[in-house]
Amino acid sequence: MAQTLCGNPTTFKTDIAIIGAGAAGLAAAVSAYDAGVHDIMVFEREDAPGGILKQCIHNGFGLQRYKEELSGPEYAHREYAAALQRGININYAATVLSIEPNTTLRVLSPEFGLAHVEAKAIILAMGSRERTRGALRIPGTRPAGVYTAGTVQRLINLQGIVPGKEVVMLGSGDIGLIVARRLVYEGAHVKMVLNRSHFSGGLRRNIVQCLDDYGIPLRLLQTVTNVYGRDRIEAVGVSEVDKPTKQAIPGTEERVSCDMLVLSVGLIPENDLSRAAGISLDRGSQGAIVNEQYQTSVPGIFSCGNVLHVHDLVDFVSDEGERAGRSAAAYVQNEGAPEQQTATTRIVPGNGVGYVVPQLVTPAAHDDLLLRFRVRDIYHKPTISVKVDGETVKTFKRPILIPAEMVEIHLNAQLLAGHATAEIHIEAGQNS
Amino acid sequence: MSKQEIRHYVCVNCPVGCDLEVTVTDGVATQVSGNACKRGIAYGLDEATDPKRTVTSLVRVTGREMPLSVRTESPVPKKLIPECIAALREIDVTPPINIGDIILENICNTGVNVIATKEIN
Repeated sequence: MAQTLCGNPTTFKTDIAIIGAGAAGLAAAVSAYDAGVHDIMVFEREDAPGGILKQCIHNGFGLQRYKEELSGPEYAHREYAAALQRGININYAATVLSIEPNTTLRVLSPEFGLAHVEAKAIILAMGSRERTRGALRIPGTRPAGVYTAGTVQRLINLQGIVPGKEVVMLGSGDIGLIVARRLVYEGAHVKMVLNRSHFSGGLRRNIVQCLDDYGIPLRLLQTVTNVYGRDRIEAVGVSEVDKPTKQAIPGTEERVSCDMLVLSVGLIPENDLSRAAGISLDRGSQGAIVNEQYQTSVPGIFSCGNVLHVHDLVDFVSDEGERAGRSAAAYVQNEGAPEQQTATTRIVPGNGVGYVVPQLVTPAAHDDLLLRFRVRDIYHKPTISVKVDGETVKTFKRPILIPAEMVEIHLNAQLLAGHATAEIHIEAGQNS
Repeated sequence: MSKQEIRHYVCVNCPVGCDLEVTVTDGVATQVSGNACKRGIAYGLDEATDPKRTVTSLVRVTGREMPLSVRTESPVPKKLIPECIAALREIDVTPPINIGDIILENICNTGVNVIATKEIN
């Protein structure tokens, strides 16, 4: 073993290499296996499968996929059991260092040292990371006690550590709301949840069941403009926010004492590996640009789950993993049929749409084309319209669209054939 | 004379989030308005009469640093959540534990069992 660690890298050859054993990676592995490709290697940097689900001990998972309401660990266990049953090779504590040319990975692990994994296809399933204080540029001192919501969730649920007792939360994303309730259960006092914009990024259900149920005030149009304390955080400055400009209003700062500031201000797909490998990324989704096969700009590399775009429900992550897994298997079985990049249709986010996945549709697309996207604002009784060359070819009516929920539409790909671009627009309903 | 009051709730069945007005007459929820669909009626009546929630929490594991995640098998009355949390705080479990193992029977006399949601070998 020592010789392996210090000597030349080990070389593995496999059909499909998958980065990440969370919901997306496990579903991709299982579906690729079921599509007939059995030589699969999954690389997971942690010591257990499940990704973020491990720490999501609350319920609400699996209503779509399993038709019952499960906690995160239970959902993860089912996905893992499916991989285990098929004997899929999952390597733990295995960190992928880089994606090299010719669908090769450089991987480091205590078990095999440095390895080159020569694959025929790669599936990116690395998930997402949280935005931090640095991303928000909050002024003030740099004391201990400023955490992201997911870190607090991990400390409490996986390590049994409650890192604060008097809590102010900034941002009301779903993870933050769930963590606020968790903190209450562990005996902490959550003083308030601040939200810079005039609507919460979290689901209504979570606001009711995590904040209202416990009397935690949600303060809209307020934000943190200062952090006080030298070694440990002592207080934050809370200011009102001007709605049109979204800027803090000078002179409105109120000092609120606390021993912890929790940030729940959004997730970013973790694409450091993809970026370094030269994979084209979408500024809207912050994930790879993919076609309907979930194939990225680099042939043979596929992407799915939160590393492709941030999802609201894990059920959709699993579904996307399956789609990417099947595509990767087909790619391997067809020995990398060349892409017809010239005849693709580009899907462009129009009015009110943040991004659309997939961004490209090839002539090989099946009739039933699934598009997923997020809207930028709240729309009551809107119309979703698909336009090619300025002409509306398909419309969808919805009772409501909100930024917190991902939107799905199914489209006949024939409608797009031969067109260079198609735009997705949201038109507000009569009463919004 | 019967005593009537109006209580306000936000329906959580879907993202529309209807603002519900529930009429409570002599402590009994009798009428729901403001709902866009019939799911709102059931939700409004439940919230005004006996709101229920699934409780998810942690219990200590003897000899381990990592706690065990647990949940109630079905929703329990919302007003009993603090008692349920307190009851779970008193528990120590010993591995091995499988998903679905009953950790606490009939928590706070709700008739609902608390089950493990994680495997510990």
